[in-house]
Amino acid sequence: MLATIGGVFAGLLALPLAHSIKRRFRSTTAPSDYDPTQHKWLMCVDVDKCIGCGLCADACKTENHVPEATHYFRTWIERYVIRKPAVDSGKARGEVLVDSPNGGRGGFQQTLVPKQDILKSFFVPKLCNLCEASPCTQVCPVGATFDAPDGAVLVDPTYCIGCGFCIQACPYGCRFLNPVTRTAEKCTLCYHRITRGLKPACVEVCPTQARVFGDLKHPVENDPLLAFVMKNKVNTLKPHLGTKPRVLYANLDKEVR
Amino acid sequence: MLIAHTIAEVAPHFEGYVYPNESGPHPLWGVLIVLYPYITGLVAGAFIMASLVRVFRVKALEPVYRLSLLTALAFLLCATLPLLFHLGHPERSYQIMITPHLTSPMAIFGFVYAWYLMAVLLLELWFDFREDFVTWGGTEQGLCGFIYRLFTVGVTDVSAKAVALDHKLSWIISIIGIPSAFLLHGYVGFIFGSIKANPWWGNAIMPIIFILSAMVSGIALCVFNYLVLCWIRRRPVDMRCLDVMGMYLFYGLVIDATVEALDWIHRAYSAEEGFDVMEYMAHERLFYTLSIGQVLVGTLIPLLVLGVFQVARKHIPDMVRLRLYFTCSFFVLLGVLAMRWNVVMGGQFFSKSLRGVMSYKLEFAGLEGWFLGLILLSLPFIILTVLIRLFLAENLPTKGHVPHRLEDAGNSAENTGR
Repeated sequence: MLATIGGVFAGLLALPLAHSIKRRFRSTTAPSDYDPTQHKWLMCVDVDKCIGCGLCADACKTENHVPEATHYFRTWIERYVIRKPAVDSGKARGEVLVDSPNGGRGGFQQTLVPKQDILKSFFVPKLCNLCEASPCTQVCPVGATFDAPDGAVLVDPTYCIGCGFCIQACPYGCRFLNPVTRTAEKCTLCYHRITRGLKPACVEVCPTQARVFGDLKHPVENDPLLAFVMKNKVNTLKPHLGTKPRVLYANLDKEVR
Repeated sequence: MLIAHTIAEVAPHFEGYVYPNESGPHPLWGVLIVLYPYITGLVAGAFIMASLVRVFRVKALEPVYRLSLLTALAFLLCATLPLLFHLGHPERSYQIMITPHLTSPMAIFGFVYAWYLMAVLLLELWFDFREDFVTWGGTEQGLCGFIYRLFTVGVTDVSAKAVALDHKLSWIISIIGIPSAFLLHGYVGFIFGSIKANPWWGNAIMPIIFILSAMVSGIALCVFNYLVLCWIRRRPVDMRCLDVMGMYLFYGLVIDATVEALDWIHRAYSAEEGFDVMEYMAHERLFYTLSIGQVLVGTLIPLLVLGVFQVARKHIPDMVRLRLYFTCSFFVLLGVLAMRWNVVMGGQFFSKSLRGVMSYKLEFAGLEGWFLGLILLSLPFIILTVLIRLFLAENLPTKGHVPHRLEDAGNSAENTGR
């Protein structure tokens, strides 16, 4: 008798919980037959392949209706220019200059540093690092930000209270407060696309295949993701913070944070 | 020109590289989030002040016991307002309590706040005032009388046994209240201390620093309120009470300054990541609020003055001490406000890329403007005025601890040179 009452009570408690989870997953724009437990998405970036064309940042803005202003980005490109060291400085490398005008959209103007003074220059695409121990998810006071079983870190815009705690907690500056919805926003790996068998917009438009995307649970023949991991020595951003980022970078310079 | 500059919105200026999402027109958390830990700290500090009387039996502080509790209540009622104003969706804020995310410091703060307000402060106040409510409910007419009768909640037994029980329960709640006050403000510190992404905030002793600065600011607020109340009522100040408050303020400041200094020394010595940028902030962007406001005005000057009082009190005339206590309390209140500004804003003035900084000019209008901040900071004082008129009125007979009992004030005036 007691067990029955307990069971009914637990069932009554579980019903709204199940409804809440269902409702939340609907907010991700995934199709109703999509099963997040059957996938594990991953993005990798080959720094040496990025030419800084900025098409990815542009495509992301268009695809995801990201506000036009120059301080809202789900993905962006950084340019690193490392000067030659001054003679007799005793240093291997000179000053490091970083910029990302308009997030790299539309490409980069020629740097003001004279060519003969440049030791090295490269571009680094940035996006949500899909942390396994995501601090943004940890600090959200209502659980509006959550780790989907398929590896994406998502925000339920119908639940977010817009406190900005997750934005402060993200060490990579990947989040912003959408001025229209007044809720936190970030890269979703184009969740509405990947859950329908498409690639994220940034991956789709990248002319050099600097961004590699795939499903670890469904490797295809000659899987580019597996090839990327086999071929390259990979690294992650700010590994010392213990966030366990899943986005892997090949040919990452120590100056990149 | 100065006025125009003060109220005008000035576009932020960036130096070096900041992540694109950090390059907005103003930092994500503005003056409202500066006020949130400031007001919460004043609550905790004022309550600790009251606990000195109730738990630690510091008789000299009896004149400020009820004033401290009412101060804590007035500020606690306003503590969450800055947060609510700041939210993108304040209408969803109740979700923090209904569907809390238990790993979030902000979510747990909602419960700590509710516990402190409902289970500690209101209960302690009620047990302390209940006997008086019954008395006043019988003698006062009109709205006030109705309020007093309402606040008795029908418990009108004022027998010696019932009153003794009130005092005992009040004492127990006060004992529970001390760790609760630490928890309340320690948790606010943890909200910042838990952000490992930000080298200024992500710090294990941030809750300790917040608690210590809260105690200091709370004591300073009680000194300030007591002196203002005496001045408004044209009543003599109990110098013994003031000296004891000054003593606790001094020792609180010593511990607070030591821990904060240790924090900076440790960061410098261990060459923590981000210390270079913090050092730059202290010298450049936060020079006025940190070096001048927090360190010089808010700490060193009060430490020096109060330190001199500890060794040479007998040789300093009452009026000089009184004025310097008032000045020191005001300086400490300013210094702790500057400290909150330095933590909240300073932590956002540099990029998490550690390659760039921003300059920021506080706006006049809008949600993140200083005008709204001023209103929110004034609100607890307005509420406190109402509470004092209701519960600490001079014409109300009481057996409780009130700021001005003529016999006390008279005696203390004779004992000022103790």
